[in-house]
Amino acid sequence: MRRRPVDTGDPDRLYTVTGGRHRAGESLDLVTLLVSECEPTAGMQSEHARILELCRHPTAVVEVAAELRLPITVVRILLADLLDAGRVTARHPRAAPSLAGLPDSQLLKEVLHGLRNI
Amino acid sequence: MGSATSELPSLRLPLTDRAETGLKIVVVGGFGVGKTTLVRSVSEIRPLNTEEVMTRAGVGIDEPDPASRKSTTTVAFDFGRISLNDRMVLYLFGAPGQERFWFLWDRLFAGTLGAVVLVDTRRVDDCWYAIDRLEHHRTPFVVAVNRFEQDGVRYSLGEIRQALALPAHVPMVECDARDRQSAKDVLITLVDHLYDMAMAQEATP
Ligand SMILES: Nc1nc2c(ncn2[C@@H]2O[C@H](COP(=O)(O)OP(=O)(O)O)[C@@H](O)[C@H]2O)c(=O)[nH]1
Ligand SMILES: [Mg+2]
Repeated sequence: MRRRPVDTGDPDRLYTVTGGRHRAGESLDLVTLLVSECEPTAGMQSEHARILELCRHPTAVVEVAAELRLPITVVRILLADLLDAGRVTARHPRAAPSLAGLPDSQLLKEVLHGLRNI
Repeated sequence: MGSATSELPSLRLPLTDRAETGLKIVVVGGFGVGKTTLVRSVSEIRPLNTEEVMTRAGVGIDEPDPASRKSTTTVAFDFGRISLNDRMVLYLFGAPGQERFWFLWDRLFAGTLGAVVLVDTRRVDDCWYAIDRLEHHRTPFVVAVNRFEQDGVRYSLGEIRQALALPAHVPMVECDARDRQSAKDVLITLVDHLYDMAMAQEATP
């Protein structure tokens, strides 16, 4: 399962996969969960179709990247396309703490409870 | 010794449809210290590998020459997953702690609950930089000492704390990254620490 890094040193490759767009607002968190709102359609860009298949169940940005074997940067752009089109929806992390902030104790209690039970 | 699970399912073990909150913990340390091993020990999926690409422009280096904007750096990291309950999913990231990778940390790990600094006492130097950066970013962390049998001199936690100049409030634990219960205990130590800090903060008006 371990693999050598794909050849991502070539910016032209990124350009190809993402259709050359470099938009702002593609700052999805690594653990934002994505859910498909529709099925892939014929003629859809293959990466988009693959994401819609993956996200039939909630799937994190980082999981999409690992599964598609694409860098996070590229996946964020692909996801932004699908989000814009309403084809996927995002469940953002509830408690992303601010720089020096902490999540509330209630959430941490739930995390502790979960960890103790695994 | 517990079972370091060898038969973990691949990623396509889907989350429940009610999953709504992703959480992050970062495991950081030098090469070969046991990061991937620890993640594998507690993960419900086989650790997966992915990568982030960074152009030099994004690193904050002023680069007047447009041709050099083509220069990119790739950093690979692995991750595992723990479903805490129907709604909450914890992702564990194993990331190299070397200085040259830290420009990516803000981007990759913003919003993390906290970090585990994994230490091999034979190569304590490897984690100084990581600790320094975590303190700088005020990211809460614990230090876990991964004990290797080959480690001839068994320094006590006190000695290691001193060598790392760790403040008293930073929890330290010993662990065996291959052991599921031990790896779980490391995570619980971190979240316990976070909980105490959150309680103290909430008690302060
Ligand atoms: N004896 C011993 N070996 C370990 C322990 N943890 C990890 N290892 C081994 O050390 C090597 C490096 O571990 P790995 O998890 O790949 O390190 P990473 O580079 O930090 O991800 C592997 O061969 C592991 O099997 C431990 O607690 N004890
Ligand atoms: Mg590793």
